Amino acid sequence: MKLVVAIFRPEKLNEVLHALYEAEVRGISSSRVQGHGGELDRVETYRGTTVKMELAEKVRLEIGVSDHFVEPTVKAILSSARTGEVGDGKVFVIPVEKVYRIRTGEEDQAAVTPVATAVA
Amino acid sequence: MNGSDTSWMLVSTALVLLMTPALAFFYGGLVRSKNALNTMMMSVASLGFVGVAWAVLGYSLAFAPGPSAIGGLSFAFLRGVGLDVAPSAATIPHVLFMAFQGTFAIITAALISGAIVERKRFPAYLLFIVLWSIAVYAPVAHWVWGGGFLGKLGALDFAGGTVVHINAGVAALVAAMMLGPRKDYARQATLPHHVPFVLLGAGLLWFGWFGFNGGSALAANGIAALAFTNTFLAPMGTLVVWTLLDLKRGGKATAVGAATAIVVGLVAVTPAAGFVSPLSALVLGALAAFPSYFAILYRSRTRLDDSLDVVAAHGIGGTVGALLTGVLAEKAWNGVSDGLLFGNVRQFLVQVLAVLVTIVFSGAGTFVLLKLVNLLIPIKVGPREEGLGLDVSQHGEEAYSSGEGAILILPSANRQATVPLGAAEPVPEGGPV
Repeated sequence: MKLVVAIFRPEKLNEVLHALYEAEVRGISSSRVQGHGGELDRVETYRGTTVKMELAEKVRLEIGVSDHFVEPTVKAILSSARTGEVGDGKVFVIPVEKVYRIRTGEEDQAAVTPVATAVA
Repeated sequence: MNGSDTSWMLVSTALVLLMTPALAFFYGGLVRSKNALNTMMMSVASLGFVGVAWAVLGYSLAFAPGPSAIGGLSFAFLRGVGLDVAPSAATIPHVLFMAFQGTFAIITAALISGAIVERKRFPAYLLFIVLWSIAVYAPVAHWVWGGGFLGKLGALDFAGGTVVHINAGVAALVAAMMLGPRKDYARQATLPHHVPFVLLGAGLLWFGWFGFNGGSALAANGIAALAFTNTFLAPMGTLVVWTLLDLKRGGKATAVGAATAIVVGLVAVTPAAGFVSPLSALVLGALAAFPSYFAILYRSRTRLDDSLDVVAAHGIGGTVGALLTGVLAEKAWNGVSDGLLFGNVRQFLVQVLAVLVTIVFSGAGTFVLLKLVNLLIPIKVGPREEGLGLDVSQHGEEAYSSGEGAILILPSANRQATVPLGAAEPVPEGGPV
């Protein structure tokens, strides 16, 4: 099992989610983060106070996947989050020691395999 | 000159001016947070740019003596606009009449902005509203209120169903078509970022509208009281019908729907305010809910990205109001003219003519002006700026900044603070001392 962590532009979130859905990747956590890559700083002015925004808004997705799902997941993110300009973000693939599903107590592979989703 | 008329008009002018910041909140709450400031600035900027254009030229073209088609230049730069009574309002000072009418020009231009939010280059917008207020708003105001041909024919437009709402609604339609949809339109959900702002804006618009309609009597008299009361009643009718439609269709009464209903009711009663009985106003408000409600449902399934439904609320609401004025007007109340329901077919036909003339002129005028502006400044931002949001790309500000990561750029005396994060002093091995 791996944990895929992707940090990218917030305006690309919908496209990334769509691409992940197409790749049949389920089970995603998302959070708003602020970060700094190598992108040009943005300058803002408030009543004569000029500030350089060193941290840009980014989105972080965390996706726990079984090994054979790593490649399609990463591919989906790379293709959908890219604009070609500095500041597009990063994808990290991290080994995972242990996973539990809280509801059932299932472990590891079984815990990251999505259940057949019941439509609410 | 009459003291009580003057004092009511002073209050009315301030009330109508408040409607433009109210519109900023109404529109601002409906867009995404990354475009909140840009959307609100489109209304706020009108207070300055259209206001100046009005004083310099617009007022004269609308209200100076001239031919039926357009006013003269005798009031340009406010020449001859003094403390004597206004030519078009016998009991209030001319300066006050100019200011009152100016508030109408300002909000009419700002109304258009709702159709083009989240994608219009700001300098192009500024140039457009200045030209539009002079070349489209002023002539239509002249035709209806300034002694032009529609007024002479007997078209009834108490406070601006044609001049303000149909005019702005049609301009919005043309502008939305020429600008094209936002890149995310119909591809992802673009949800209102602050619905309480929308309700705040709708409430303040209603408050200001008492000056808009009540003040359009240009006097503190019975007609002003009638217009005021009708402005009180009509949106109530719209709000009830709209909420029931919401409940019937989706099972839930929505807040954005309620705010929209209030505005639609106010728009619809605007041309009728001083001409129909209070019960007719209630009926008019209730009826006006239907066309606008279903127009909004239909529009969102088309490629027309009239983002905040200016066409449905103002274009269609204004048309319904202007036509129903020709149906429900009652001489027993207004002392001027009866409508269709009271046996005066001619009045209804005159209303139809006024609506059609406004639609054609506003549509053609807006088209020509936007083509012209586009030659000087491209009217639409690029997809990258759209993605980033127009607050940052057009204004260099954020509506909801966290303040984190913001580094002061100070004069060179204090350079320390400007060292960027990535270029920080290398940390000695073993961690900072």
